[in-house]
Formats: sequence, C-alpha cells, structure tokens
Amino acid sequence: MVFTALGFLLALALGLVLALMRLSSVGVYRVVAGAYVEFFRGLPALLVVIAIGFGIPLAFGTILDRTLSITLALGMVGSAYIAETIRAGIQAVPPGQVEAARSLGMSPARTMVFIVIPQAFRIVLPPLTNELILLTKDSSLAFLLGTTLDQQELAQFGRAALNEVRSLTPILVVGLCYLIITIPLSYLARRLERRFGSAGMPKGAEV
Amino acid sequence: MTETVVRVTDLHKSFGSNHVLRGIDLEVARGDVVCIIGPSGSGKSTLLRCVNLLEVPTRGTVVVGDHEMTDPDVDIDAARRSTGMVFQQFNLFAHLSVLANLTIAQRRVLGRSRDEAEKVARHNLERVGLAGRENAMPRQLSGGQQQRVAIARALSMDPSVMLFDEPTSSLDPELVGDVLDVMRGLARDGMTMLVVTHEIQFAREVADRVLFIDGGVIVEGGVPAAVIGNPQQERTRTFLARVLHGTAEV
Repeated sequence: MVFTALGFLLALALGLVLALMRLSSVGVYRVVAGAYVEFFRGLPALLVVIAIGFGIPLAFGTILDRTLSITLALGMVGSAYIAETIRAGIQAVPPGQVEAARSLGMSPARTMVFIVIPQAFRIVLPPLTNELILLTKDSSLAFLLGTTLDQQELAQFGRAALNEVRSLTPILVVGLCYLIITIPLSYLARRLERRFGSAGMPKGAEV
Repeated sequence: MTETVVRVTDLHKSFGSNHVLRGIDLEVARGDVVCIIGPSGSGKSTLLRCVNLLEVPTRGTVVVGDHEMTDPDVDIDAARRSTGMVFQQFNLFAHLSVLANLTIAQRRVLGRSRDEAEKVARHNLERVGLAGRENAMPRQLSGGQQQRVAIARALSMDPSVMLFDEPTSSLDPELVGDVLDVMRGLARDGMTMLVVTHEIQFAREVADRVLFIDGGVIVEGGVPAAVIGNPQQERTRTFLARVLHGTAEV
C-alpha cells in the first residue's frame, strides 16, 4: 500500500509533466516525452522493477532503499500510462474554454493552470482510478526486492505460505486480500466522480 | 473629433486556400455601437475574432486603443485586456461558480484583491440582472442566464470595447430578449460595442452604424435607416428580404 500510494503520487506528478511536454509547441519536449511514454509503456513492469532493483546497484554500486526502488519503478511505469490519460483529458476540454480565458487576457500558462487542468482532471477521474488499481496490483512485483518482514507485500506472504503448506489456499487468500483493497478503491473513486466528475461539465447543460 | 477605439485597415484572412476576409477597413469611435450583419460564411465572425487576435490576420493591421494587435512584438495578453469578448456558446468556465468566473481573470490578470474583484463582479452581475446568483454553477443556469454571466465576466475586466459574436444565436427564442435588453442597457451607458448579429431588429434600433458583409468585403455600411431601411446594393436587399421574411414567418 505504501509503495502504491507513493508510486501513484510520483506517477501523477511525472505524468502531468509528460502530458504537458507532449502537448508543448517545443518539438524537443514532444519527442522526449513521446519516447519516454513509448519506452515505459512497452516494457513489462516486472522488467523495470528488476532493472531498478538490481541494475542500478550493479551499474553504480549504490544500493537503493527498497521502498525507494519500488516507488521509482511503479512511478515510472505508471507515469507513462497516466501521461497519455491526462493528455487525452486536456484535449477533451472544449476549445471555447481556452478562447474565453485568452480573450480575458490570461496567458497560455495561466489558462492551462487555472482553466484547462482543473477540468481535465475531472474528465480523467475514471481512467485514473484504473491506473491506481493497476498500480496496486503491480506493487506485488515488490516481492522481487523485498524480503524483510516489515516490507513484505501480499504476494510474498502467499508465496511463503505456499511453500509450507503445498496448497493453493494461500494464493486464493492473497487474491482475496487484493480485492479487499481494490474494491473499496473503486467505490471511493465512484463517489469522487459523482462529486466532481460531471460537476460543471457543460455537456447537455447548455441547452 | 471623436476618439477612435478600434481601427481595422486592409484586413485579409485566409484559411488555407479559403480567402475569408478580402480587405476590410473599419473604424469604431468611442461610445459607438456597430452591428455587423451578413449571411453565414460571409466572414463576419472571423472579422470579430481578428480584432482581439483569436484569429491571426493574414494581412492588414488592427489597432485597439493604444495597442496595435497585429504588431508581432505586441504583448498580446496585455493588449487583449482592452477588449471583452462574448461568444455564441457562452464559454463560461464550467468548473467555476458564477462569482469565480467573474473574478478569476481580475485576480490573476489584473492583480486585483479578492475583495475588490468580488465588488466589481457583484456590480456587473447586478448590471446584467443576475444579482444573487453568485454561487450557482454555470450548468445550473439557462442559456440566457449563462450568456448574461458571460457579458458580466467580460465587463469585469473594464474593456474599452465589447465584442459580441452572435450572442443570441444559440439561445431559445424566449431567452433572446433578456440578453438583448442587457446589451441595450450597455449601449445606453455609452459602451463601445462591435456586434455580429442576426437580430436585424436589434441592429435597426440600437446600432449607430450597420455594416453588411458578404464574400469577405463590406458591401454596404451606414446608419441603420440607410442600410436596413433603404439598402442601395442588390446583395443587401436580397439578404434582408430573406432574413426579414424568415423572421416574419416564424
């Protein structure tokens, strides 16, 4: 859960930056962000976790803290997906909103911060929930790096128990545990959506 | 000699090979109400959008107050503050309350304090007959109310000219009157206004000057009594006959 929360926050921040870069008028930003997204979206999260957990210590001789490693890995993979989601959200904000802001003398940056992004986030709330749940499940990959007791995640418990009892029950229990986490998440997200999601979106309201 | 607020000289605008504006010259004096009429696709909305540079002209100059909008070195955000724009689709900020719609640009662009911005906002809401609706969200308002909020939002920036782009065209017929009443009030208060409209009756009654645009040029311009009451050009006559006849039938 800690991995997921930290990773998601990192993914959200990085994803927003990447989305803005992809929509930038500066070609270099677009290319860099595009390459990042294609790269990390194309790799299995498993590989990224291994690369960060074992590759960085090998390459630089420094051992990253386990929480930091898995947070980084989840954040980097998650941000690639979230960047695309946010980009779609920004592009879904009606162009009239931008024109209205610009006609009031707001700069492109102010328009983005005060008008476009707040509306984009309301639009992408449902897909963002998806990302959060996917990330929650990907946190199971932490088992590759985490073995100390206090940092074990659910799948690790299951695997250990599986070795002892030779039955599938522990895995089923772990699956159940994930559902216990993710289903309330979905519920929470639905409530958020009801509160903000359609709030103020002009669809159908302007008639 | 009255002060000129808007001066448009030899304005051309093309979208690809589509030459929409073909040399427009136009002056609006302080306190004048100029109505632009013409068939769909005649370029009248494009002309209005060129005045605050929402569309970048292909050729020609646009000067508003002290700002040459078409100067490549102009600070366009500063220059746009002298114009207030009202759109056909209202374009209220959907995530903000009515009050926030009116205060956000005052605070973020003009740097007014919250108190000052809200004072200006309330004054302008009262002007458009919507005092007391500060906390409503745009989607809770009718089209006519939304458009009046949009007018108040533009007024709150103290523009030297108000640009109206077919402000009543997407309204239900019974809501048009309220918006036109607000615009009449502004005209009486001496606001300089450039209005693209299909409301011939409104133009006849309120405008100091009417311009008939067709094919990207000003075909005919002058006082309403001349252009609408006694048009000299065949194209103007045809257009007016069609529009007025259509209105009479509905």
